[in-house]
Amino acid sequence: MQLTSPESLIFWTTIIFVVFFILLRKFAWKPILGAVQSREESINNALASAESARLEMLNLTASNERILQEARVERDALLKEAREMREKMIADSKAEAQAQGERMIEQAKTAIAAEKNAAMAELKSQVSTLSLDIAEKLLKNELSNKEAQTKLVENMLGDVKLN
Amino acid sequence: MQKILKRKLDNNLIMVFSNKPVQFLLVALVASIPYFGFANPAVDSLSVVNEPVAAHEAHAAPEKKEFNATELINDHIKDSHEFHIADWEGHPISLYLPVILWTNNGLEVFSAEAFHHDNTGEHVVDINGQKFVRFNEVIFYADKYEALAKEQRELGAFEFDARPLDFSITKNVFSMFMSALVMFFLFLVVARSYKKNQLAPKGLAGFLEPLVTFVRDDIARPNIGEKQYAKYMPYLLTIFFFIWINNLIGLIPFFPFSSNLTGNIYFTFVLALITFIVTTLSGNKDYWGHIFNTPGVPFWLAPIMIPVEIIGMLTKPFALMIRLFANITAGHIIILSLVSLIFIFETVWISPISGAFVLFMSVLEMLVAALQAYVFTLLSALFIGQAVAEHDHH
Repeated sequence: MQLTSPESLIFWTTIIFVVFFILLRKFAWKPILGAVQSREESINNALASAESARLEMLNLTASNERILQEARVERDALLKEAREMREKMIADSKAEAQAQGERMIEQAKTAIAAEKNAAMAELKSQVSTLSLDIAEKLLKNELSNKEAQTKLVENMLGDVKLN
Repeated sequence: MQKILKRKLDNNLIMVFSNKPVQFLLVALVASIPYFGFANPAVDSLSVVNEPVAAHEAHAAPEKKEFNATELINDHIKDSHEFHIADWEGHPISLYLPVILWTNNGLEVFSAEAFHHDNTGEHVVDINGQKFVRFNEVIFYADKYEALAKEQRELGAFEFDARPLDFSITKNVFSMFMSALVMFFLFLVVARSYKKNQLAPKGLAGFLEPLVTFVRDDIARPNIGEKQYAKYMPYLLTIFFFIWINNLIGLIPFFPFSSNLTGNIYFTFVLALITFIVTTLSGNKDYWGHIFNTPGVPFWLAPIMIPVEIIGMLTKPFALMIRLFANITAGHIIILSLVSLIFIFETVWISPISGAFVLFMSVLEMLVAALQAYVFTLLSALFIGQAVAEHDHH
């Protein structure tokens, strides 16, 4: 290998490399490495937050499940209570209705009996009055007609004779 | 029964071959483009060389130009004052780069065209009263060049008395400027795209970001440590992409690429030196303590231990320098040698074989390009990590 003048390439390599390095460091490596770094951080952050969101979601689901369970139990209890109350109310009202009915029937019976008695008393007095009136009228009528009376007495006497 | 089986087998074979024939043909075509480039000018120049030889046959003994693979390979892997693009009818077409000399009379700037492609020290160039010659891409003062012995001329790069200091924009410097500009705008675009797009990266950023995070997560973090790595990220990213892109540019076999920048030892020297400086400057108390007062070693061993530790400090960047240089240069040499086989055997029938090998080597070199950038960055990170490590003594 033939060696050429060393100073040329050594001089220019040093100059070019140093200038190139300084320029690249300022205009290329700093922005590139910074961007890569920040993107990596943002990716890591995104992954971490996704993980925490997932955990939160799990928690949320679990607590939802728990609340749902509680609600279901409460609903069952409420339903049971309501059923019991309804049954009790029905039974109560049935008993009350029966009692009232019986009481009403009793009252009605008493009233009917009283009415009947009153009606009977009135009927009795009316019958006696009516009978007296009839008897009075009959007597008046029969006694005013002598011939008839005589005839009647004869009739009666005739019947008696037969006996 | 056997017949049916055979038919089935044949069908399967056809299926395998016809699976992706279009892609295969395209790859083969693209892969063979460089050899047309290599082959045609060489044939042209040979015929041009032969014509004058035929004309002058009466006067002089026939001067047949032997194909010299070593010369061709050296021409391709060494640095140069002009960027050779192609040969046209025996004349080289080059991009002439500026020659910048620090002479005894001050700075001189002129175009490399002045040398008229001469690399033998014969063509004398007169610039403002000073005379220069060029021998093997090293520029000398013409008068002092005459006084040098042949061996001194061969190693002329280190004859600092006989030549002006050469700060020329050579082919490698040109290539480095280009790659630095392209990379700068590339990453500027990526950096801009992050301002507009806060979501997942798209397009260019989507392609380059995995590499950036690779350097960060697989090179810087494990070797330097969580606390300190951010400070060294810009340096590690810069050397990783700088070496990788320049390795790849070196593999593209035509203008304005094809320079052997990362396979040049001066270039790797500077990069290794910078890593050494960064390591040394970031060394903490523990690091220096291990060098000058190695824990657990009796004090009277210090005269041996301290030099050994200091040598250890230096061998690490030295290994970095040699590793990158040797790997990339070796890759270029292998590919060029395989191409040279065609001209050594002087037959076109060898080209499918050497072409296949070159295709294989080129793909392998693409891997090596990334691998060497990775290794250089990784070892730099490792050395820095050793320097900043907080030891917990038991």
